[in-house]
Amino acid sequence: MPTPLVVSDVAKSFTMHLRDGIKLPVVAGVSFSIKTGECTVLGGPSGAGKSSILKMLYGNYAVDEGQIIVTHQDGLIDLARASPRTVLSVRRQTIGYVSQFLRTVPRVSALDVVAEPLVERGEEREAARAKARALLAQLNLPEKLWMLPPATFSGGEQQRVNIARGFITEHPILLLDEPTASLDATNRDVVIELIAAKKRAGVALLGIFHDHDVREAVADRIVDVTAFAPGKLAA
Amino acid sequence: MTAQSTDIATYNFAYLDEQTKRMIRRAILKGIAIPGYQVPFASREMPMPYGWGTGGVQVTASIIGPDDVLKVIDQGADDTTNAVSIRAFFKKVANVAVTTETAKATIIQTRHRIPEHPLTAGQVLVYQVPIPEPLRFLEPRETETRKMHALEEYGLMHVKLYEDIAKHGRIATTYAYPVKVEGRYVMDPSPTPKFDNPKMHRSPALQLFGAGREKRIYAVPPFTDVVSLDFEDHPFEIQTFDQPCALCGAENVYLDEVILDDHGGHMFVCSDTDYCEKRREEGHRGHLAPETDLASEKLEPAQ
Amino acid sequence: MTDEPLLRVSALSKFYGSRVGCDNVSFDLWPGEVLAVVGESGSGKTTLLNCLSTRLLPSSGTASYRMRDGQFRELYRMSEAERRFLMRTDWGFVHQNPADGLRMTVSAGANVGERLMAVGDRHYGKIRATAVDWLSRVEIEQDRIDDEPRAFSGGMRQRLQIARNLVTGPRLVFMDEPTGGLDVSVQARLLDLLRGLVTDLGLAAIVVTHDLAVARLLSQRMMVMKDGRVVESGLTDRVLDDPRAPYTQLLVSSILQV
Repeated sequence: MPTPLVVSDVAKSFTMHLRDGIKLPVVAGVSFSIKTGECTVLGGPSGAGKSSILKMLYGNYAVDEGQIIVTHQDGLIDLARASPRTVLSVRRQTIGYVSQFLRTVPRVSALDVVAEPLVERGEEREAARAKARALLAQLNLPEKLWMLPPATFSGGEQQRVNIARGFITEHPILLLDEPTASLDATNRDVVIELIAAKKRAGVALLGIFHDHDVREAVADRIVDVTAFAPGKLAA
Repeated sequence: MTAQSTDIATYNFAYLDEQTKRMIRRAILKGIAIPGYQVPFASREMPMPYGWGTGGVQVTASIIGPDDVLKVIDQGADDTTNAVSIRAFFKKVANVAVTTETAKATIIQTRHRIPEHPLTAGQVLVYQVPIPEPLRFLEPRETETRKMHALEEYGLMHVKLYEDIAKHGRIATTYAYPVKVEGRYVMDPSPTPKFDNPKMHRSPALQLFGAGREKRIYAVPPFTDVVSLDFEDHPFEIQTFDQPCALCGAENVYLDEVILDDHGGHMFVCSDTDYCEKRREEGHRGHLAPETDLASEKLEPAQ
Repeated sequence: MTDEPLLRVSALSKFYGSRVGCDNVSFDLWPGEVLAVVGESGSGKTTLLNCLSTRLLPSSGTASYRMRDGQFRELYRMSEAERRFLMRTDWGFVHQNPADGLRMTVSAGANVGERLMAVGDRHYGKIRATAVDWLSRVEIEQDRIDDEPRAFSGGMRQRLQIARNLVTGPRLVFMDEPTGGLDVSVQARLLDLLRGLVTDLGLAAIVVTHDLAVARLLSQRMMVMKDGRVVESGLTDRVLDDPRAPYTQLLVSSILQV
């Protein structure tokens, strides 16, 4: 099975310049890979650095050491050293991301928030909206909310908009940061089905799921993040 | 050019000294070489106030010779104060022949009109110009307007015409209507009615413009393209008049409104007095023309 | 998408006597990219913007721009005529104070139409139709087309200024604190409008702002300036979520939370 993403020996720390430059190590020696058609789950307790790893893979956090090799447009790219422009291109074409919280934009309707990633990839706006409608319907978001900006939605409603936005594209790699955290059982099942569909379509998924049932349902492999605790490497 | 008659010995020929004339002729030659371009020149104090044609007078003084025949008009008329005094001035300081007949003149100095009688090759039309810069009302900075001319940035000129149409439904500018000369410089034709603009286009006569206060000379050489700015869907149009001249019955000429009494009585007559008289001599009559013999009333050049 | 940048800036510096305006700034900007330049007053961001837009000549360094014919031209070697032509066709400049970028005494329609007339449009009806279209795109009522911007509110003036700049389909727009001095609600509307226009038209833009929220919303890339130097640059969300330079950390930690 193809391996579109390989992480090797990645380390990350935060230097707090406002607190006398103390250095907070987060993870070190992170090495794993993910495969197409599989859902890999990052496991470990809160604070182990799961989210940080996901953010590094999306270019949202800088990487101190190591390599993140991605298959992008028929070539290999080291995301840890890629230029902003390359990272943007990877985000547009290769790696999708469902964040924990929706960052809302004033005055943009839920429907357009969801359709936007497709439009950015060059799809016609109306075609993109049609796909967005189908996804929002599948996620049981009441139709009367579609044309409203999500800023005033409840946590669960916002999260469903966020999931739809992440799942609408056909990125070969999809990162999921606790997508089911604020969902009820029905919608959790919808997300599980969405993930299964992505797997069937040959997408390589990497996720963080605190919900035990969801994890059981979707995980093909679990990568234990506690193995990458910075102290261990130093020892 | 230095031929002097004894009774004007106190002045150099045509009032200006030869060095000044030389300087002005250089400016004129440069103006002719770059049609429509405003050439700065060291305008002199003249024995008349600014606004009375000091620019035109300096140009005329620099080009006039003893054999020239001068005609001076103000708003088309040979008999108004400004025309009479400038004509008298040159009679005195240059001792040249003067005329009111457009066809007989070699130099015609004008304020606000181009004669109705077509000009011919060899004639020179000298305009008195108050504000030579067509962009001035839109852009007050001289440094900026010069740059705009240099770089041919004339969008602003059309902004003015656009505003006219937006406000009045048509281009409401009726005088000092901007023109483009030889496809390059946008030029203010001086406050002539736009009726006269087409006469400037490919005119056989040399057209010189003098602005005394603003110290600028510009020129349109004979047979030069002079195109009035417009929009494709709002093309340039000249004024039309509903009725012919009340005195000579002429049509397709520029008419002035003359108030006859204080009860609202008025008539429209040719603004070009010479043209009107000629027609009446030839027997043309308008509906308000007096029945008397016009030959005896004919205007004589002022002394 | 082409592989060549639209603008290449290399070692650009501007000194005012012994004082530093901006020092040794280099970056590339690609078509469709929005770059935010942030920093406090006096950090050199406006000097940089003025150098890039050729309103100011730098003391040293180069900037080359890919013209519509695909050829790179060195900005500071172009003639003034060429630069001014670029400014009113392929570029836009949105000033913080709309009065600096508008003709306050001619109508809104003429303000929008001026650039079209400057590049040779001579059909009143078409110019007016384009002006109407652009006014609606920036959410100005059609019946205000013959009003002078003097009669407009601050937000409307700013939107009019944007329309005036975008009417010739520029590829690069410079913005100097485009939302400065506007009420928060007016700001949000303007930002959303700008964001939509930038995406729809595929514009590249360089936005100078001291407001990190504006940078987050509008830009993909960001440069943080302090004392004339770039102290940090990168993807906007990376710089804001994982700030590395001490000054950037200070800036980010100074954002007021609502």
